[in-house]
Amino acid sequence: MSVLDSRIPAGPIKDKWTNHKNKINVVNPANKRLIDVIVVGTGLAGGSAAASLAELGYKVKAFAFQDSPRRAHSIAAQGGINAAKNYQNDGDSVYRLFYDTVKGGDYRAREANVYRLAEVSANIIDQCVAQGVPFARDYGGLLDNRSFGGVLVSRTFYAKGQTGQQLLLGAYSAMNRQIGKGKIQMYNRHEMLDLVIVNGKARGVIVRNLVTGAIERHSAHAVVLATGGYGNVFFLSTNAMGSNVTAAWRAHRRGAFFANPCYTQIHPTCIPRSGDYQSKLTLMSESLRNDGRIWVPKKMEDVEKIRSGAIKPKDLKEEDRDYYLERRYPAFGNLVPRDVASRAAKERCDAGFGVNQTGEAVFLDFASAIQRYGKEKANVLGEHNATPDRITALGKGVIEDKYGNLFQMYQKITDDNPYETPMKIYPAVHYTMGGLWVDYNLMTTIPGCYAAGEANFSDHGANRLGASALMQGLADGYFVLPYTIGDYLADEIRTGPISTDSPEFDEAEKAVTDRLTQLMNIQGSQSVDSFHKRLGKVMWDKVGMSRNAKGLEEAIVEIQQIKDEFWKDVKIPGSMDEYNPELEKAGRVADFLELGILFAKDALHRNESCGGHFREESVEESGEQQGEAKRDDVNFKYVAAWEWTGNPADSNLHKEELEFNDIELKQRSYK
Amino acid sequence: MNLTLKVWRQKNASDKGRMETYQLSDVSEHMSFLEMLDVLNEQLINEGKEPVAFDHDCREGICGMCSLQINGEPHGPDRGVTTCQLHMRMFKDGDTIVIEPFRAKAFPVIKDLVVDRSSFDRIQHAGGFISVNTSGNTQDANAIPVEKDKADKAFDAATCIGCGACVAACKNASAMLFVSAKVSQFALLPQGKIEAKDRVLNMVHQMDLEGFGNCSNTGACEVECPKGISLENIARMNREYLKASIVKEK
Repeated sequence: MSVLDSRIPAGPIKDKWTNHKNKINVVNPANKRLIDVIVVGTGLAGGSAAASLAELGYKVKAFAFQDSPRRAHSIAAQGGINAAKNYQNDGDSVYRLFYDTVKGGDYRAREANVYRLAEVSANIIDQCVAQGVPFARDYGGLLDNRSFGGVLVSRTFYAKGQTGQQLLLGAYSAMNRQIGKGKIQMYNRHEMLDLVIVNGKARGVIVRNLVTGAIERHSAHAVVLATGGYGNVFFLSTNAMGSNVTAAWRAHRRGAFFANPCYTQIHPTCIPRSGDYQSKLTLMSESLRNDGRIWVPKKMEDVEKIRSGAIKPKDLKEEDRDYYLERRYPAFGNLVPRDVASRAAKERCDAGFGVNQTGEAVFLDFASAIQRYGKEKANVLGEHNATPDRITALGKGVIEDKYGNLFQMYQKITDDNPYETPMKIYPAVHYTMGGLWVDYNLMTTIPGCYAAGEANFSDHGANRLGASALMQGLADGYFVLPYTIGDYLADEIRTGPISTDSPEFDEAEKAVTDRLTQLMNIQGSQSVDSFHKRLGKVMWDKVGMSRNAKGLEEAIVEIQQIKDEFWKDVKIPGSMDEYNPELEKAGRVADFLELGILFAKDALHRNESCGGHFREESVEESGEQQGEAKRDDVNFKYVAAWEWTGNPADSNLHKEELEFNDIELKQRSYK
Repeated sequence: MNLTLKVWRQKNASDKGRMETYQLSDVSEHMSFLEMLDVLNEQLINEGKEPVAFDHDCREGICGMCSLQINGEPHGPDRGVTTCQLHMRMFKDGDTIVIEPFRAKAFPVIKDLVVDRSSFDRIQHAGGFISVNTSGNTQDANAIPVEKDKADKAFDAATCIGCGACVAACKNASAMLFVSAKVSQFALLPQGKIEAKDRVLNMVHQMDLEGFGNCSNTGACEVECPKGISLENIARMNREYLKASIVKEK
């Protein structure tokens, strides 16, 4: 493929989606029953897509590597989901949500996709409420909203700190309804290991039954990949342990272009790491920044006293604290977007002001919120002369209502009580904005192969605002794919059932079996995890929050060395034809090693600071923005879509120029 | 700290299974229980032995994947946490820890500490949903107001993570707490009312088919539930079930 055709519909942005839907091909209901669709991944995007496609009448096969769709990592999203409902009458609108998302993404998202996302956002809330998702309510019984990082209106719908859980269980229940009817065939504990292409079209997948080890063939008229992100390339991230890149990477190796692999979101409010045994990082919802104030001490001597325990953080006087976000960004304060908050925390810690033993932590302090809420609550209760202790107790109650489960989780992990002492937080790898390149219909460069949710690249640009991932997953699954996939499938009604007995399926199955056999036969001396940890360290040190050309060039060489060593010396116990978690991990780490190289290559070629990607060579040198990240629209206003050539270091770059007709490109300023 | 681990090893569903004893040293009190098992597995792999298979995924206490019967208690000795959030500071140097899979007829062992909980899914297929089309053409969300009290209770029921600790804790291996949480969520909301009777009858029927035992009101499920799902839900399910059994027209 030589040209990237984004198939963005013509016409004014507010009419594009409506016009597109009006013109798109529709499949007659009787014919839908003859068409098979495979959905890989059953999180918010995959679960909602599988349910919606089954509802429309397609025959759906859904695959999950977990034991149940309900375990998909979407379940861990805490904070909320955005929608342009303007229930609070604070000036929200489809345009404003669109504008905030494009700006928040540092102008590296596709305008038409983001506008569509904003447009369908309101439907998502209606749909979920109808499904019985228990969103937070106010005392009048209406839906409650809160605000989130990077945004000045209250448009975030939430269910305490468990919004992802409730939305996923909603999508899961929609799936259950279709599974019960027999319209979705569900394959749990199955992992996709290859995509099968017949005559240039995606026609099926090769999967491994993780319990028995059996390799299976499954055919379909179209394949939807909704397999999440690849943040675990860093080993330590907020992703679930099983999150991986394998399905997307296998599709990439079969011809799907991989877009903007280096765009990674670093989340500012995670629990700092404590030791080398650490297996993953835990995120604390960004909603905490609504009420928590972030600070480090102003003076080095106070930092040392806090580290040694000579003084308690809450005893440090107000004037000795540096509320650095409020100082640097007075307009947004603690609510600046994630990339800005993350970089600012790293800047303070790199300057030596980190408040824990490793020097990688800042405080997130609720003391003033507890006082403010306590006074408010006392007034509501008519207690106008409440004692300070009573006010504190009432304030803690309000905070508990809002964030109770997060505070409990923090306390369980760290053994610190955040009601009494400020939390310690540090940035961590969270969400990947890069992914498989897709057109406006969410189709990859392989006809018939679609990518939805975090697995595609299109909506978040170089940085993702809070509460927008859940929105995209559900928008793609419930409201976009059900329309756009029809455009392709309308031409498939005469195809008939697709046989798995073909040379293409033979070849793909053999490739999968050969690779597994090769892995098992290495019988080396080092565990899978040891390689993954080494890869993660190179990624974090040289391809992480801030990068430079020299470090990135080194990273490519170093990852290549780890990769070579992996294929000579990895040790996988057990056998292929049984339940074997080490073999599962080995296949995924092998793919992460290839992705890591492409990731670093993409970061190297993009010589601009952009979103979560801070390039040390590209910094504002003067003016109000001095020291902030410098984006380069002249040279880099495009999507980098990489084509596999047999070696990730030699991948071919294709560019999709981004056009901004409805939003003027501006310096992002949160001052 | 130094620990003695007695771990259930079982090659597959048809294997009889046995306890194995392992010594583990230099365990940090800041490790999670699963990180401690990671370290054990690293040691076993280096010794040329097979690592212990156990279920885990998000390691944030929300996916419900981790299980483990630790010293006879589902998710171990701490209250209100899953195994992934159980920290080694709950144990002492020199402790012996017994680690087994969740035991229940309806949860067959797949390997070592991994069990098959798909019976929970089948109960959900039988009615754990509201029958609304995924078309986006539903009414405006605020056209369905929900009393805050009810919404909060529905939410509390909906926070069940489906881990199965309630079943493992119960002497009858009953799934009543799990099923009642789902029944309650929908019974409390206006959206769920229309099909409430069918839902409770079908889900309870499926629960029985799966081989779960009956509730004896011992309350061990509530004590061991990492999400604090209340026994009130079982009472509510019983009311719903009785009501449905009496008034449901066949």
